[in-house]
Amino acid sequence: MRPFLSILSFILVMTLAFWAYRENYATQTQLKDMAKVQNQIAALRDEIAMQKAEWAYLNRPTRLRDLAAMNFDRLGLMPMAALQLGAASDVAMPVAEPLLISGEVQADGALAPVLVGSEGAQIP
Amino acid sequence: MIRTPLRPLARILDARSKGQNPDVIEKENLAARNDALRDTSRARAEKRLILLALCFFASFAVIGVRMGTLAASTPTEPRAAAGGSAITAQRADIVDRKGRILATNMLTYALYAQPRDLVDPAGTAMALAEIFPELNAKDLQRRFTDGRSFLWVRKVLSPEQKQRVHEIGDPGLYFGPREMRLYPNGTLAAHILGGTAFGTEGVSSAQVIGTAGLEAFQEARLSDPAQSSTPLTLSIDLTLQATMEEVLLTGMTTLHAKGAAAILMDVHTGEVLAMASLPDFDPNDRQGISATRDPSDNPLFNRAVQGVYELGSTFKIFAAAQVMELGLATPDTQIDTAKPFRVGRFPINEFDGHNYGPTKSLSDVIAVSSNIGAAHLGLMIGGERQKGFLKSLGLLDAPQIELTEARSARAMFQQPWNDVVTVTASYGHGVATSLLNLAAAYATLSNGGTKVTPTLLHSDHHVLGPRVVTEETSQAAVLMMRRVVTDGTATFANVPGYQVAGKTGTAEKPKKDGRGYDKEKVINTFASVFPASDPQYVLVVTLDEPVETAGPKPLRTAGYTAVPVAAAIIRRIGPLVGLRPLVEETTLAEINAPPKKPVAQE
Repeated sequence: MRPFLSILSFILVMTLAFWAYRENYATQTQLKDMAKVQNQIAALRDEIAMQKAEWAYLNRPTRLRDLAAMNFDRLGLMPMAALQLGAASDVAMPVAEPLLISGEVQADGALAPVLVGSEGAQIP
Repeated sequence: MIRTPLRPLARILDARSKGQNPDVIEKENLAARNDALRDTSRARAEKRLILLALCFFASFAVIGVRMGTLAASTPTEPRAAAGGSAITAQRADIVDRKGRILATNMLTYALYAQPRDLVDPAGTAMALAEIFPELNAKDLQRRFTDGRSFLWVRKVLSPEQKQRVHEIGDPGLYFGPREMRLYPNGTLAAHILGGTAFGTEGVSSAQVIGTAGLEAFQEARLSDPAQSSTPLTLSIDLTLQATMEEVLLTGMTTLHAKGAAAILMDVHTGEVLAMASLPDFDPNDRQGISATRDPSDNPLFNRAVQGVYELGSTFKIFAAAQVMELGLATPDTQIDTAKPFRVGRFPINEFDGHNYGPTKSLSDVIAVSSNIGAAHLGLMIGGERQKGFLKSLGLLDAPQIELTEARSARAMFQQPWNDVVTVTASYGHGVATSLLNLAAAYATLSNGGTKVTPTLLHSDHHVLGPRVVTEETSQAAVLMMRRVVTDGTATFANVPGYQVAGKTGTAEKPKKDGRGYDKEKVINTFASVFPASDPQYVLVVTLDEPVETAGPKPLRTAGYTAVPVAAAIIRRIGPLVGLRPLVEETTLAEINAPPKKPVAQE
């Protein structure tokens, strides 16, 4: 019984040692990967900052104004004026097409007059 | 433990039989017992002391070993720590109220040299001078060879320049990373942003510090590492700012003015939506501007904040508001405008010798801008009260805004505040103040009467300032200013739909030699509020030495210079701020009538 126990504990220790060894290296690899990713993030942040600056530079009002002036005719632009502003309720909505009902209409059940469409056509 | 008796019977009896004192035996035994007790307690104390010493030794040993390893080992960053913190921006961005970038950082490189490592100092100096025209090859070669071990060649490089320096291929040239402040919009809002410069410089980085304007004023906030990833949001609107600068520049050029400034402010919050001063400069290249002798000709000079001017008749509305506030007059009260008079030795005249008849109503005094009428208002109010009122409007202090330049722009007026000052101040002479103060005072007067403190920072929470005038006075003052535009000196400002109300002001500049005023050199100001029925914005426009030459004789009054420019600005920015034009009742005859000319001048 005693030799068996010692062999068992030896095997156990060796297994644990092997496991710890592998975990150690796995952790180190992970740390290296993470450092790499963080460097990438930092580089990307730098690039984003650069792109934002570039975007702001390309959208600077003087450039946009020149572009608008250049393409004024081609795009049919209009100078902004007070008259062009209004409330959403002032905009005419599209007129709804009246329902096209031709021929015979069959209906089941009890019927009550129902308002349909903008023209107020009623289906009896 | 066996207790030893102090008086053992056998020895006592023995001693007694020998005639000795038995007490001696007792003392002997007592001494022996005490000795034994002392020995044991000493041993125990010794043990405890050793234990304690061991504890101390162990803890000091741990600390010592730890310190030793820390000192001996190479430092590494804690790699397992959660990342994601922003490392890029060392200085916070500045954005406008809608989040558009006004100032940001860009990674660039500085060029430095270590002459000991240079292979070919002469050739390198030549090649560098070719890339950077501002460098002198001979001078550079001398500095390369005079024995120094380190020198800066250039503070910032563009990527193309860096590539060309790489191509020289000399091992003595090095690049140091730099974070550079970049203003992508160029000259836009230059006076607000100010500018930056490099502070302490190292090989691997350099500190960026604000040198003027907001960059300098908000230095602590912008360079705070904890807030470097949250941009500083200004109340400025990029679109409005660009539009205003464009219109103002056009106005300044056509009217041959040597300078111009304009401020657009929210009347309720005091947030400055746009503020321009012309001529302007590029904050990316501040160093390129040499300081001239006259500060007002320097592009770096912010006319809207730093410029302290006598603002002329724009002050009359303050006198009118105060007489109404004090209950001394109503808009219909008749004011004496009969003839020029003197205060002490100082004559009070109308502009250009006009005569507005014996009396005018208070409303008309403002509409036609009568100096004599305003002077009478000043006398009705009295010096003490007038000074107090102007002070409560903030006109007699340096402007309060987040710009370093503002602190030095103190208002100027004569001390003590005698009758002459009272009379002249009521029509805007003898008191010189900043344009920003004027805008804030107009905002205070038209927003219902609560004090407005101008600000450049956008905020959702605004505290209502203390009340300066009542709501009734505020409304009456706006109505009077509306009359200036409909029937008075500022008819060119009648932009349909926006109900502009305002007051013109023309002030002659004091002569350089300090003797009187120069008739040919004027500062024209138009301070306006719109829309009059529910004031939302204040726009102040000022032109420095403008002249309108379209007509037969040159015109130098605000009605022909600052007013049309302000009208053009309102016409452009009205739709941009999202104000719906208000439909006004008009008759066919009014539509067909030619535009009214300004009735009278100042």
